[in-house]
Amino acid sequence: MRAVGFDQYHEPAAELPEEARTFARMAANLIEEAEAIDWYEQRLAIERDSTARAIMLDAEGEEFKHFSMNLEFLFRRLPLWREIAQGILFQDGDIVEHGEESEEEATEEEAAKGAPLAGSESLGIGSLRGA
Amino acid sequence: MSHLLREHAPITEAGWRLLDDEARERLTPALAARKLVDFSGPHGWDYSATNLGRVEDVADAPGDGVAASQRRVLGLVELRAHFAISRAQLDDAERGAPDVDLETLDKAARRIASAENAAVFGGWGAAGIKGIAEASPHERINLGEDCEVYPRHVAKSVDALRAVGVDGPYGLALSPEGHTHVLETAEHGGYPLFQHLQEILGGPIVWAPGMNGGVVVSLRGGDFLFDSGEDLSIGYEGHDADAVQLYLEESFSFRVATPEAAVPLPV
Repeated sequence: MRAVGFDQYHEPAAELPEEARTFARMAANLIEEAEAIDWYEQRLAIERDSTARAIMLDAEGEEFKHFSMNLEFLFRRLPLWREIAQGILFQDGDIVEHGEESEEEATEEEAAKGAPLAGSESLGIGSLRGA
Repeated sequence: MSHLLREHAPITEAGWRLLDDEARERLTPALAARKLVDFSGPHGWDYSATNLGRVEDVADAPGDGVAASQRRVLGLVELRAHFAISRAQLDDAERGAPDVDLETLDKAARRIASAENAAVFGGWGAAGIKGIAEASPHERINLGEDCEVYPRHVAKSVDALRAVGVDGPYGLALSPEGHTHVLETAEHGGYPLFQHLQEILGGPIVWAPGMNGGVVVSLRGGDFLFDSGEDLSIGYEGHDADAVQLYLEESFSFRVATPEAAVPLPV
């Protein structure tokens, strides 16, 4: 039987640390906000009533805000994700090219900075060159 | 479970996050050496020695007509700074108190950062670590008390490095006292001394608790090698009804590959 309301977890929830559970909830929020934006876009594509359109545009603005706040939260939890995103978001030009470059630079930088070993409980300070 | 035994501490995940964040915040400004030298690792707690790539002869080889030598390595040192956190303070943090007293952790962070800086810049003979300042073959340039002449001293140091083919950019580590003097001083015409020195160096001026005087170093890379085993971490030692005994810990070795890439500026 499916545990309704808890399917954002792919691993047994009881075995996940609190931080991972929070991350899963926020990732689920992000997906839901993106879906809501998609739904509004589809509805707006066919709606002709100007008042209804105005209300939906206003509501969609809320979803933009919620999506962005969720995304920023997740970025703060995963600095490498943030680092890669910084090289892609709000940039003109070729998105795929930016993506490849950003990933390469960020992962090299992470390795050079002394990123903690997987499973390590260290503070993750590493190198402070350029800090 | 790692040897830090954090799971055994009567500290919640939020409590550990508070302690780790506080330690990171206090350590980052004080870890001056890491702002200037090459950092390798962390290689893990079970990493015990740095390969020096050299051998030494060993007497009494166990066989006729056989030459013997033994690899030389530099064993990692372990530094630990103990501290205790009041359980009442941790409980307050759980209730949402914004002003939890973590002074013991702050002091331990300062102690271990100062020790790391002292080992890297000044050396640690008993541990086989030669520091940047003591390894340098350059003539010492006495820093003195008069900050107004610091630009001359720093420029002379940079010239000395260029003269032996050591490129920049360069960085300057200064004792807390020296750093404060520099920040407080404006030269004739009101131009801040700090900015003037940075322009001469082409690199940063770092605040270095644990060191005396200063040292100008090249930042070109490959000259000063910090080898990290376990990077700074908080571990658990024990607890009673009132307090939790913890420690900050790291393991590392340090080598100077190019002694002429630094000019010491003693006080």
